[in-house]
Amino acid sequence: MAKGKHKKVAYYPGCALEGTGHAYNRSTKAVGKKLGLDLVELENWNCCGAMEVKNVDPKIQTYLSARNLSIAEDMGFDTVMAPCNGCYHNLKKAEYDLAHDDKSVEVNARLSSKAGHTTYEAGKVETIHALDWIKDSVGEEGITERVKNSLKGLKVANYYGCMYTRPRHIFPEKDKGPETESTSKPHFMDDLLAAAGAENVNYPLKTACCGGAHALSDSDTSTKLVLNLLETAEACGADVIATECPTCHTGLEMHQVRAEKVLGRKTNVKVLYFTQLLGMAMGLSPNEVGVNENFSDSRSLIKEKGLA
Amino acid sequence: MDRPEAPFADIVTFADGLSRRADAELGDFGELEALALLEYGETILCTWLEAHETVPTENKSEGFRLLALHKQAARGNPSFNACRETCRELVYHYNLIVLEPNDVDRGQRIRMAAMILKHLALFVGGKLEESGLGDFCCSSRPIRQAELLDPRQNV
Repeated sequence: MAKGKHKKVAYYPGCALEGTGHAYNRSTKAVGKKLGLDLVELENWNCCGAMEVKNVDPKIQTYLSARNLSIAEDMGFDTVMAPCNGCYHNLKKAEYDLAHDDKSVEVNARLSSKAGHTTYEAGKVETIHALDWIKDSVGEEGITERVKNSLKGLKVANYYGCMYTRPRHIFPEKDKGPETESTSKPHFMDDLLAAAGAENVNYPLKTACCGGAHALSDSDTSTKLVLNLLETAEACGADVIATECPTCHTGLEMHQVRAEKVLGRKTNVKVLYFTQLLGMAMGLSPNEVGVNENFSDSRSLIKEKGLA
Repeated sequence: MDRPEAPFADIVTFADGLSRRADAELGDFGELEALALLEYGETILCTWLEAHETVPTENKSEGFRLLALHKQAARGNPSFNACRETCRELVYHYNLIVLEPNDVDRGQRIRMAAMILKHLALFVGGKLEESGLGDFCCSSRPIRQAELLDPRQNV
């Protein structure tokens, strides 16, 4: 893909980035500004349907996500960027459903008409992730050119979680060759952080389940899964786990604490959003990328690596 | 290596122990032990299939029964794809251990294989206790819809 394609896109932060994932919101915006990219937030956006609505009625989730896509279209955009894996996944799923399921098309048209807004039709707006956005707009070269504090010496385990690549059929643009993202071995985050000087470790659980949505309803399973993700990262030699999903990120942070409290297993690997790492590499301060908003404290590592 | 009777807890304990062994303590870890890692993975998936009244396949996919078992378990249950890459990583590490026995990273590869096996046991074991695990995230399956369609399930 030609670089520069996504220099100005519609921005759909979603609910998590206004709450527990605010550091991701802050760092995404800060990195975009530093890279000279324009993010125009969707006006009057609504919940993508998340996991809760989808569980009750998937057609309503399709409608809710489609409404956000229709807003992007009305604002004159053909691309919307969603940094949250859950939002990204749901918008992609809505796109897929509206292209392949007549019932979804009918429900969306009926609810859109009732609500009095444009009915979104498949193919009008492309949904991309923050990783696509940076990769396609400035690429690795653009990152390298802007590095002020190299991440050299920082060992990173890149953790993508599940919703960025699964289920595969809703991501038709992936698995199209080495330049595109892989659903089995995703690498976009690895590529961008390596361009900022980081040393990526071979992390074999980069798409493994973290317990995600069960973080609170089945905490014990989530704690064990997260603990294994953390201990595996440490066994790989990682100083930090880079994340690109607010649900994963919060789960890793919360259950790192819980694992020590409940299971007596302490891990020291830090957890940071990839946008926080990229931002600090480009000279932004830890506070400018919301490090102070994370649950876990990574300030000692940041200082040690000369990023503050 | 005998198959444990209570597979999940024992496999987790086994994997935990193996993942803590230093290179010097892995000298006797050969092809048979690597094969046992795969067999433990198969045991995990067989337990899942049997718990769902399905006879585990003896077939192989891409040369490995583990991958065939995963395909079988994921059929009609897309959330099981949450452990697809875990199974594939286990096979990949098995290949590395067996095909490159003298590699300098051999010890690390064995430890990684153990941690991957542990994740598989934790995920499938967790899913046996809470079937919704992986359902409403990566498989996009509406797990509460059945309750709406059949209000009796809401009781």
